[in-house]
Amino acid sequence: MILELKALTSGYHGNRGVVVDPVSLALQAGDFVCVIGRNGAGKSTLMRTISGLQPAISGTALLGGIPIPDMSAQERAQAISVVTTDRVSSPGLLARDVIELGRQPYTSWRGKLTSEDRDIVRKATHQAGADELSPKPFDSLSDGERQRVMIARALAQTSRVMVLDEITAFLDLPGRVEVMALLRRHAINSGKIVLLSSHDLELSLELAGQLWVVHDGRLSFGDSNDLISNGVIERAFDNEDVCFDPTRRRFAMTQGFRTASASEATPG
Amino acid sequence: MNQSATLLSSRSGVAAIAVFVLAIAAVSLFTLSYGQVVLGLDRVLEVFYSPTSDPVATQIIQDLRLPRVVTGLIAGAALGVSGVLMQALFRNPMADAWSLGLLAGGQLGVALIVTAAAFAGPAAISFLTAFQGVGLTSGALIGVAVFAAMMVTLSRRVGTITLLVVGLMLGFTVQGLVSIVTHFANRVGGRVYSGWNDGTFASTTFDDLTFMLPPIVLGLVLAVASAKGLSSLMLGEAYARSLGTNVQRLRWQTLAAVVLLVAPVTAYCGPVTFIGLIVPHFARAIARTSLILPLIPLAALAGGLLAIAADAVVHLPWEQHFLHLNTILAIIGAPVVIALLLFSPMMKGRP
Repeated sequence: MILELKALTSGYHGNRGVVVDPVSLALQAGDFVCVIGRNGAGKSTLMRTISGLQPAISGTALLGGIPIPDMSAQERAQAISVVTTDRVSSPGLLARDVIELGRQPYTSWRGKLTSEDRDIVRKATHQAGADELSPKPFDSLSDGERQRVMIARALAQTSRVMVLDEITAFLDLPGRVEVMALLRRHAINSGKIVLLSSHDLELSLELAGQLWVVHDGRLSFGDSNDLISNGVIERAFDNEDVCFDPTRRRFAMTQGFRTASASEATPG
Repeated sequence: MNQSATLLSSRSGVAAIAVFVLAIAAVSLFTLSYGQVVLGLDRVLEVFYSPTSDPVATQIIQDLRLPRVVTGLIAGAALGVSGVLMQALFRNPMADAWSLGLLAGGQLGVALIVTAAAFAGPAAISFLTAFQGVGLTSGALIGVAVFAAMMVTLSRRVGTITLLVVGLMLGFTVQGLVSIVTHFANRVGGRVYSGWNDGTFASTTFDDLTFMLPPIVLGLVLAVASAKGLSSLMLGEAYARSLGTNVQRLRWQTLAAVVLLVAPVTAYCGPVTFIGLIVPHFARAIARTSLILPLIPLAALAGGLLAIAADAVVHLPWEQHFLHLNTILAIIGAPVVIALLLFSPMMKGRP
């Protein structure tokens, strides 16, 4: 087992308090995990805590037996790469420069790349489908293209764990499928652990090896069939307008919503 | 393709450095030979080969012009590099030690030390005159550091332009305060106050340079050591941390570098404007990147060149009086800043 959460409680010291209750679980090399939940459910907080970018309230996350908070900044960077929704603007940098920054945890104080580093960067760029973007100024790219470059940068970081938060938000449907498929392949082929939070429930149900559902401050995990048959998905997402159909594995408008819309449409 | 691109950029980097060195040599020779007293190039060179043969030329060059050129080069380099650091640290293309009020802090620090000495009495003044180097530099160090800490705190709350205006207003405030202080403490007089309403490279001796240089060298070392971290900071704080940068430590280290680079310049040359603000933009244009490390040597050379070139104009044999250094720097610098504000993509889409 590689990534292990031991009673990890994420949240903030202060008003917001505990966001996600203690959770204990273990992930193996090659696991592709999709993290789903409503807006504000605490997905980002949980993922930032696992990445070591935010201290846990209690409990700990261990990677290869070593608590992540005990790692030096450089060790942590070699172990975990992160892609967030933050809109990055870096005037004067080429997309290639941004991808090359992914090698920083390995380079000397000068930050100079070896030929081996360059090979890794080239492969990562190709893998993320960012070959054509590479020579362009980063700031000239669209949001989706920037996200692709940031994924290439994370791949170039060659870390054992990749944590990607809502990265498909800027992409259209084919783009989302493509990105999620490439990350899934990456996890399976290279034995990395990929944690991906997403709003694409149906896509996540389809592609994830394991699903984490964050709802009401609790994390439920398992494969999609279990979570569907346990009713976890329905409890997390259903409301009066939309409900999950377990047999077709997709969401549909509720009867209530249809009736309401129909009566609205009828001139009173 | 990647490798040929880096080869090319490093080759053009070397070419740019060579051009800078040649230009600096040319301007230096010009400054040494041309001024109120015009010395031919042959007399200048002779001073270096046999200092005794031409006492007048030797005195002009060794006591007046050479210290001025060396001071200009050192101060310009320090300001240029500090500008690169400030713009990266604040993630603000208009940031530099002058525009954010750090020079004003240094001025105020020095003015307060001198005033304190003036009111303490003749013993304190003679002490200050004897230990001018240490006294003035530490006054400037404290002043710059306090104002730097203030601006860092403020930068978390306000946008790029607001921060800039606050910094410039601090400059005016301090300029006024210093005038008042000078008025009441003018008994101290003499060299302690030279250049306080204007920047100048003309009031430093070689003895002063021995005090000015060590902090600047230390500042340059810290600047180089901060370069890698500052490059990662271009992606924002979260990404910098995920790439292994200790952002908190990087902030302090970079600020320390800026203080060490800027304070000695303020103490000995007064508030030298615009160099730190515009030189980083030239360096980025030449290096064709905004990664920090390649910018440092280019900014040092471009800053030095701009400083001695402006100084050369100031000391042309104008009738009756000299021009002010900051006048020349403003004529060059202000239009560049206006152009950046209006046309640079760096200023677009920012709060």
